[in-house]
Amino acid sequence: MSEYLIDVRNLKQYFPIRSGWFGVKAVDDVSFCIKPGETLGLVGESGCGKTTVGRTILHLYKPTDGHILYKGEPVTSETVHKYRQEMQMVFQDPYSSLNPRMTVSDIVGEPLDIHSLYSTKKERAERITELLSLVGLNSDHARRYAHEFSGGQRQRIGIARALAVNPEFIVCDEPVSALDVSIQAQVINTFEDLQQKLGIAYLFIAHDLLVVKHISRRIAVMYLGRIVEIADADEVITHPAHPYTQSLISAIPIPDPKTARTRKRIPLEGDVPSPLNMPSGCAFRTRCRYATERCAQERPPLAEIETHYEEPACSAAGHDDARFLRRRRHGRRGL
Amino acid sequence: MNEPLLQVKNLCTSFDVDSGEVRAVNGISFNLEKGRVLGIVGESGSGKSVTAYSIMRILVEPGRITGGQILFNGEDIVQYSKQQMREFRGKRVSIIFQDPMTSLNPVYTIGNQLREAILLHTDRNHEQANARALEMLQLVGVNEPEKRLKQYPYELSGGMRQRVMIAMALACEPDILIADEPTTALDVTIQAQILELMQSLQKKMGMAIIMITHDLGVIADMCDEIIVMYAGRICERGTADEIFYNPRHEYTKGLLRSIPRLDTGHTRLIPIAGSPVDLTNMPKGCAFASRCDNCMKICLSELPDELDINDFHKASCWMNVKQVYDEAAEDTKAVSLKKEGQ
Repeated sequence: MSEYLIDVRNLKQYFPIRSGWFGVKAVDDVSFCIKPGETLGLVGESGCGKTTVGRTILHLYKPTDGHILYKGEPVTSETVHKYRQEMQMVFQDPYSSLNPRMTVSDIVGEPLDIHSLYSTKKERAERITELLSLVGLNSDHARRYAHEFSGGQRQRIGIARALAVNPEFIVCDEPVSALDVSIQAQVINTFEDLQQKLGIAYLFIAHDLLVVKHISRRIAVMYLGRIVEIADADEVITHPAHPYTQSLISAIPIPDPKTARTRKRIPLEGDVPSPLNMPSGCAFRTRCRYATERCAQERPPLAEIETHYEEPACSAAGHDDARFLRRRRHGRRGL
Repeated sequence: MNEPLLQVKNLCTSFDVDSGEVRAVNGISFNLEKGRVLGIVGESGSGKSVTAYSIMRILVEPGRITGGQILFNGEDIVQYSKQQMREFRGKRVSIIFQDPMTSLNPVYTIGNQLREAILLHTDRNHEQANARALEMLQLVGVNEPEKRLKQYPYELSGGMRQRVMIAMALACEPDILIADEPTTALDVTIQAQILELMQSLQKKMGMAIIMITHDLGVIADMCDEIIVMYAGRICERGTADEIFYNPRHEYTKGLLRSIPRLDTGHTRLIPIAGSPVDLTNMPKGCAFASRCDNCMKICLSELPDELDINDFHKASCWMNVKQVYDEAAEDTKAVSLKKEGQ
């Protein structure tokens, strides 16, 4: 038995396109682990492959290469049906991820039907009521259709559906980005309560760093299909080591006028390169202020400090940033 | 004292739908001075975009302005004819929208769309308009501007498109720029680029900006003054510092409590309970009362007036009326004493 619940090793996911040999490298050699009951935040800009990582873990896409281990056992296309009782997903858009022609009890009950998790109809109904109350809805809601609910309530239905099979791991793909600020906090709290109550581990995918920092113990930062930095949540926010992370953190709009006025942004030039035409070496070098010749030649290795832990994948930062060097020697706390 | 550039007085905008009249904007008033940045913040459905559309008079049927005045330099634009409005839009006030993909015309080149506004509103001929378009693209930091003029919107990234939108909006040097969620569809690093661009252009060209967003971070970054809207009404207004450090309306307080912070350790978020109010069925008193933790009897029956907190700050909340608050506190005390007695 492995100490990790989810162990992703060298995951690659390429999508074929009409021209070219290899297609789009949506996820390119990504490795990380999640312990039971832990939350790993995954951040990055749109198109960086964070959603693809989440979907590939659940075998919604067949990975091009690499391994996904669940409690040390490999998850493959043949065995994935079994693992879907352990791993579930909550989707971004609460409007399109619920079937408009099904009642709430059908939506939440469907996983129970698929995995035959009940013996009598009464048991099924009781389980549905229990699930709805877990996410803060009541049994009256079970007979209604999805369109009768507000965005926040719909997202709760999505969470109840994911919880139906008693999973130990849930991929949350931008679960709060479609919601209003005041409702966002309600749903985030629901996620946290469920984790405390049921010990579920999350892969929490979002582009809002304030939300990710709030909910995650560790954060992984992705850029163009690769993880460029992964560390303790506070560490990533207070001492970002990769130049991309530094820019990202400095760009977060902070809801505090005094800080906003005094703080200095590290602007990024230009746009994200097309994943069809990736720069050689380090993918970030075209926008990096530290970029050297070496960055164009070789892809910076993921320096390992401890098993399953990567230092920021940047060689230039290592030369220019004394803080980076210091940390490389000492490793990082809490990992 | 100078007359404000834009005065909105008791503006009401309604949509007639099957289930009744939806009062999306319900009697709001505000002034915008020259060269200031005004932020309007609120949840979806609070009426912030409808306010912007009303000022531009681009409301889609069945929306209509049912009352109030919008004075631009003292002239009421609600009374303007279609022809007058065409001259007004783009030249005096322009708007940039949330989604730069759907707000650019996919079948015309960038250059074509930029020139259109310039030719319409200025005396420039075709060549001069082209030169102006090029100049604008350079100003907003689009690389290879000559090439971009011949390209179509789909060939540009989201951030680039939003830059083109800004270039188009500013080409005729308007006095007011309305930005309706200009960065919501963009990534955080691109958002930072666009906000910096807007700030630097604002300094350079001196126009006033109305910034509409639900993101309190963007508001804190950009705005001198802030208006907080809830259910079609203004519930609080003031300078940025006053709103963020001294909120006096329960809704604003709740909003500020419910966003995660970077600087503090892990504390549980305090959400605002319930869900936004149904606009077809507005309550009699304060619209926020049903979600408010400190709701008093009077909140359910009477709408609070806007009250001066200080020179730079106004809020519409009964909690600020000392007499009312004290009475309610007395009541609660009496009730709890009674309970204890039993």
